[in-house]
Amino acid sequence: MAVNSSNKSKIIYTFLAWTIGGLIFFPILWTLLTSFKTEAEAISASPSLFMFDWTLENYKEVLSRSPYFTHFWNSIVISIGSSLVGLLIAIPAAWSMAFVPTKRTKNLLMWMLSTKMLPPVGVLIPIYLLFRDFDLLDTKTGLVIVMTLINLPIMVWMLYTYFKEIPNEVLEASRMDGATIGDEIFYVLLPIALPGIASTLLLNVILSWNEAFWTLILSAANAAPLTAFIASYSSPEGLFYAKLSAASAMAVVPILILGWFSQKQLVRGLSFGAVK
Amino acid sequence: MMKKILMLACGALLSSATFAKETITIATVNNGDMITMKELSGEFTAKNPDIELKWVTLEENILRQRVTTDVATKGGQYDVMTIGTYEVPIWGKQGWLAELSFDDSYDLDDLIPAIRSGLTVDEKLFAAPFYGESSMVMYRKDLMKKAGLDMPKEPTWAFIREAAKAMTDKEAGVYGICLRGKAGWGENIALITSMSNSFGARWFDENWKPQFDSKEWNETLNYYVDLMEESGPPGASANGFNENLALFQTGKCGIWIDATVAGAFVTNKDDSEVADQVGFALAPDNGLGKRGNWLWAWTLAVPASSQKSEAATKFISWATSKEYSNLVASKKGWAKVPPGTRMSLYANDEYINAAPFAQITLDSIQSADPVNPTVKPVPYVGVQFVAIPEFQGIGTAVGQQFSAALTGRVSAEQALSSSQRLVQRTMRKARYPKK
Repeated sequence: MAVNSSNKSKIIYTFLAWTIGGLIFFPILWTLLTSFKTEAEAISASPSLFMFDWTLENYKEVLSRSPYFTHFWNSIVISIGSSLVGLLIAIPAAWSMAFVPTKRTKNLLMWMLSTKMLPPVGVLIPIYLLFRDFDLLDTKTGLVIVMTLINLPIMVWMLYTYFKEIPNEVLEASRMDGATIGDEIFYVLLPIALPGIASTLLLNVILSWNEAFWTLILSAANAAPLTAFIASYSSPEGLFYAKLSAASAMAVVPILILGWFSQKQLVRGLSFGAVK
Repeated sequence: MMKKILMLACGALLSSATFAKETITIATVNNGDMITMKELSGEFTAKNPDIELKWVTLEENILRQRVTTDVATKGGQYDVMTIGTYEVPIWGKQGWLAELSFDDSYDLDDLIPAIRSGLTVDEKLFAAPFYGESSMVMYRKDLMKKAGLDMPKEPTWAFIREAAKAMTDKEAGVYGICLRGKAGWGENIALITSMSNSFGARWFDENWKPQFDSKEWNETLNYYVDLMEESGPPGASANGFNENLALFQTGKCGIWIDATVAGAFVTNKDDSEVADQVGFALAPDNGLGKRGNWLWAWTLAVPASSQKSEAATKFISWATSKEYSNLVASKKGWAKVPPGTRMSLYANDEYINAAPFAQITLDSIQSADPVNPTVKPVPYVGVQFVAIPEFQGIGTAVGQQFSAALTGRVSAEQALSSSQRLVQRTMRKARYPKK
């Protein structure tokens, strides 16, 4: 009887999980399918899921009209660059907050998080003027800096949470063995917190890859990443859904593949310390 | 020996100066005519080897946000900007744009006067029109015949309602009328504001007092909502240009009132199932002397912050010239020539034969008057918009009210009274009337 009810609930949960997964994945699937349709089929009032004339014409046109690989390279540099620079700052910051807290650490953490609550457009003009004066407009360096700063609060928070799970005694033991602060972080803390650091890195690569406010505003012809590539295929007068879908598919597939290969690491890191 | 080295160095310097290319960055929208311009720009660079072009193509709203930020902060990211007739008078007045001057071969007097006047501030031309458009009636001749009616060249709104009703066959999925319903200052507001002009309504009186509580606005919105309820397609509040284009091309619409550029799409046999059955007429009127058509042009301008204004002006001169029209005609055919900017295009028989909607386009553009858009006097410039910086915000907010009235969530009267309140509030905050 107990086995039966456990099987039943397993089936229900599996069904629920697949349904939710299907719902989340459906827009991506729809985009992929639309990218193989003609423009007329893409906007048809009675769209077909699979029974349509499959065509690669949209991909051909998108590749001939835009420098896809330049945008792709810019996205790689900006997302990975900003995540690595962010880690360099966030690891020591999270270490000090987790292991050498003061009475204001919590307030400081909350203040850092509060910067994420401000609508980005609120600081658009000052940041634009700073970029103009420092010659950072339309440069990858500028975008790496802004992406690093935007994601830093989340990185510090995530790492702080992981580091808090590590017993202070382990670090104390290394100190007793004569480790410096650098040794303590590099040889003791980082190996233990590696899943957390990896998931922080991956999550920030994804966040930077998908960021579509600052990357669109602060770039023009030279540093524009894939978000600008997608934005160039929407049109107010003329059919564009199929080409836009092809551009979107080409922009999301690399990050989907990265997510697929690193999902184990990502889930492990995100659930690190969740059950205690 | 020293002399030789010096001469070589001078030669190298000279040659590097000769071949140093000036790069201009062009921001543009993803419309068919702009894509053609980008494709054909090799002809320009072949003639001007000292100029290199870099393109930034973006969705209209994103482009607007980007170029506005750049021009307002003098960022200097772009040397040529694609902007509309809404921005030119505002930006020209602010000193954000460089004045354009061309040589005699450009033939400035050939530009359509209604378009040119919208791009001129204090006698100075701040942008050159790349393509211009108005709005017109597109209808199915076969359905009109079946309904036993004849579309006049200058229809009235009363006739449109009667014809739309007679053409509607909801069971067969054919709807008499397709109009924009999607909320936005460039979406439903473009259509309904143009429509309201022909009903005698206006956004503001001479003292900048909002007029949504007027009888004329009440008549306009009630007509629009009733017409769409009677003969419009389901879910019309989500329909913009592209959705209605798809409906019309697949034979689901009897009448579609929208941009004149749609003429080329609906008569294109590759995409349109009804290409052979499309007729054109002027936008409707209500017997008050103003038709319900708008006036818009995508233009090319040079921001005042550009360091390469000479090269940028050279490019604009090429892209908006007669020579460019001829180039497009030779490579893509006359029907693909950017319309609505030059009178000479409409005197060209080859163009008239290739584009059956050409004369209606010209008549529509010429009948629109951005300075006196409606029956009563107004303090603003613009036919389907009000050329003030606040309009994007209030236009979209009012558009949401009108869209809600179309869905039936609120009545036309409620939508108008909410619009009156929200526009009043914005204008009070912005301290209108400005001294």
